[in-house]
Amino acid sequence: MAQLILNHLSKDFGTGRAAVCDVSLTVREGGFLALLGPSGCGKTTVLRMIAGFEQPTDGSIVLGERTLADASGALPPEKRNMAMVFQSYALWPHMTVAQNAGYPLKVRGVTGATWETRVREALSVVRLEEFAHRRPADLSGGQRQRVALARCLVTSPDVVLLDEPLANLDRHLKAAMEETFREFHARSGATMIYVTHDQGEAMALATDIAVMSEGRLMQVASPQEIYARPEGRIVGGLVGQGAILDLPLPDHDPRLVPWPTIEAAFRQTAGQSRPMLVRPEHVVSDPHGIMLQVISCVFEGERFALSLRTAGGQNLKAYSATAMESGLLRPFLIRQGWLL
Amino acid sequence: MPRLSANRSSQPVWLLPFVIIAVCLLSGLPLARLLYAGLRFSIEGRATGLFSEPSTWFAIRNTLTTAVGGMVISVLAGATFAFVITLTDVRAKGFFSFAFVLPMMIPPQVTALAWVQMSGPASPLLKTLGIAPPLGSPQPLYSLGGIALLLGVQHAPLVFLALKAGLASLPRDGVEAARLAGASPLRVFRDIILPLALPGLIAGAAIAFVSGVGNFGIPAILGIPASIFVLPTLIYSRLSSFGAGTFAEMSQLSMVIAVIAGLGLVIQQRALKGRDYRIIGLSGQNAAFSLGLWRLVAEVGFSLVLFFVLVAPLAALIASSLVPAYGVPLTPDTVSLDAFAEILFRQSVTLTAFANSLFLAGTTACGLLLFTVLTAYLLARRPGRLADTITGLIEIPYALPGIVLAVAFILLFAAPLPLVNVSIYGTIWIILIAYFSSFFAVSLKPVASAFLQLDPSLEEAARLSGAGFGRRMRDILVPLIAPAAGASVILVFLIACSELTVSALLWSAGTQTLGVAIFNLDDSGSSDLASALSVLVVVMVVLLMLMLEMLAKHLPRGVLPWRN
Repeated sequence: MAQLILNHLSKDFGTGRAAVCDVSLTVREGGFLALLGPSGCGKTTVLRMIAGFEQPTDGSIVLGERTLADASGALPPEKRNMAMVFQSYALWPHMTVAQNAGYPLKVRGVTGATWETRVREALSVVRLEEFAHRRPADLSGGQRQRVALARCLVTSPDVVLLDEPLANLDRHLKAAMEETFREFHARSGATMIYVTHDQGEAMALATDIAVMSEGRLMQVASPQEIYARPEGRIVGGLVGQGAILDLPLPDHDPRLVPWPTIEAAFRQTAGQSRPMLVRPEHVVSDPHGIMLQVISCVFEGERFALSLRTAGGQNLKAYSATAMESGLLRPFLIRQGWLL
Repeated sequence: MPRLSANRSSQPVWLLPFVIIAVCLLSGLPLARLLYAGLRFSIEGRATGLFSEPSTWFAIRNTLTTAVGGMVISVLAGATFAFVITLTDVRAKGFFSFAFVLPMMIPPQVTALAWVQMSGPASPLLKTLGIAPPLGSPQPLYSLGGIALLLGVQHAPLVFLALKAGLASLPRDGVEAARLAGASPLRVFRDIILPLALPGLIAGAAIAFVSGVGNFGIPAILGIPASIFVLPTLIYSRLSSFGAGTFAEMSQLSMVIAVIAGLGLVIQQRALKGRDYRIIGLSGQNAAFSLGLWRLVAEVGFSLVLFFVLVAPLAALIASSLVPAYGVPLTPDTVSLDAFAEILFRQSVTLTAFANSLFLAGTTACGLLLFTVLTAYLLARRPGRLADTITGLIEIPYALPGIVLAVAFILLFAAPLPLVNVSIYGTIWIILIAYFSSFFAVSLKPVASAFLQLDPSLEEAARLSGAGFGRRMRDILVPLIAPAAGASVILVFLIACSELTVSALLWSAGTQTLGVAIFNLDDSGSSDLASALSVLVVVMVVLLMLMLEMLAKHLPRGVLPWRN
């Protein structure tokens, strides 16, 4: 196993706009990287280039010492020692669960008792031993997902790719499968790349998150880092809840802006305005704050979610333990903001 | 560092050249040869006598008359069946559909023979029932009207299927909305259904016309005895009386057929222009009209039609195969299985025909599958203009009237093959190659739709598992498309086994096929033997169709020509 390096990777399908443009990142050995972004941002194309289903138009993919692909050629997927969980699971309907999971071994020439043992091991990790002789058609969605995982587990792939694997599952199953993925990662030690548009999944699973938008890589960082210190408007808007305020803030300040600075900026009318991300948990009802109008108040179970509007007409989000009548003007304090 | 291959796609490098060479040899070469010959003979001015002979013009006129007449009958019958079966609540829809489409799968020369045995003074069936016209009265089917009628019967299923496919996508909610808007059922039919069904109707009419132009079996059985020639039978008779200018004449006559068929398709394109209604909305069930009392009328009417076009001719055919000699009525005393014993055990001509047809059909069906699977895979994985061109090249020989294709192969193989200096003209191999060319499209369709329906990630998962092309084919792809491949084999076998048009021009002593044997037996006056052979062919056709019916639920939609 080794680290996976994407080097100025680009892909143009000839549609006029590059699907992936100049993406460079390094996934450390044994890392769990989530590729996060809205649909059509090029994250699946990056994944398919890593797998070898698409050839990059520019740039290269390097795994350890091996160059897997560059603009002149690509190692075919069958020679890459990778595994993938597809969005549709891609189980072969004419094979049993055991045959599905054991196919990569069969191709590598493993047969007989060794094959049986290793397939049984893999199926036991995903708790599907007793389903070994069923067909995929007889399984539920979550069980099919686990067969697909077992197929990744059975050989020791250098890289495991996951293409929106939870997109077709319901909420309860998602939570259970997230746990299975975490276990799988811990157990296999493989480098994993996980494509998703769901930031909750990305935060919960990954050791690193790469945010993509319109074919470009916006930021790569750990979940905590990316939540606390997002780079730019797009990442700020994409990751976590929050609102972006445009305020006339001085640019020599540190990027974490405390309340007194924010309050001063509110009172100031002139000056270059700069975007600042405000998380809802940092907006609290406080008599010393500034007056904001409550636009709406929605009960979310554990708390109320508020939509607020400043005197300048900008929107903010906040949480509250108690209901507030909409239309009211109330004082709020913004504990901190993050300059994007 | 491992070698990087420049081949990023899933196909091995040899696949595309292999498919292109196969398609060029099977489709491109004969078509090019025909075109070249037709143009060259025209420019050199040879066989110009052809167009000063009245018989040529008679044949052209007869072809147009019978094809148009047949088309009108096909459209009337096919459209009535399609509208009633798809839009109303008649019962036994599955049965009616299957029975109505059956004539399409029965070889045309058998249909013609059966109808001849059903009508006319010598009909064993009419004699048995005591309603035969007096001996010496003319056989009414030996006429232009008779040919047109049978072309109509033979090709009505084509209109039925084309229209049914269009009507099946007609949204039920559209009809319901029109009725809520206050339109009477008749009004809905006129204002909503008919305009939406028109493209299917036009397409069906065009197919019926083109098939009528190229049909050989029906005008051969009905026209030749009465000296009524259409273009395909004229080509056949010219080849029989082989002379110096034969090749030139045949290629020019083929060009005329191709031009008439092409004109039919051009008119269709014109008529279809601006009628591409993309149907939006839910298209599900569409039994929108309840017929009330008329339902019984429709069911009885359908049964009567099926009786006359299917049951009665087949009964007549069976009756003719059971009488000991021509013109004898069928009674418990006269019934005999001699004809069957004769063709199955004694006549070497029919035995050879059986052997030839089974060999040709079996080899074509299985051999083509190898090309088909690889081509279908390539087309599914590499869509684009090249794939469209390949598909088009494969479809032309099938769409082209069989007689034209046969002439193309005669021209291509009349001279010995270059390099090896062996002539395959007059051997069974020329028929085999012509069958490969003609039935490539039939074989391809089921497999191609199976590949298109396959989730590409199934193959990608196998690639990541480490399986190379051959391995993936064997372990993943072929097992998954196996039902469609089976359907493809049976379908080609079914059509090739009773094929007449191509083999009628390409056979010679010892290489006759079943279709040729039936035609020759009837031509030489052994109608009892011809009927017995036809009965066996019909039985085989029905059995194979039933086999496909059983496969039907494992097949992609639209694979079986009589289902959609």
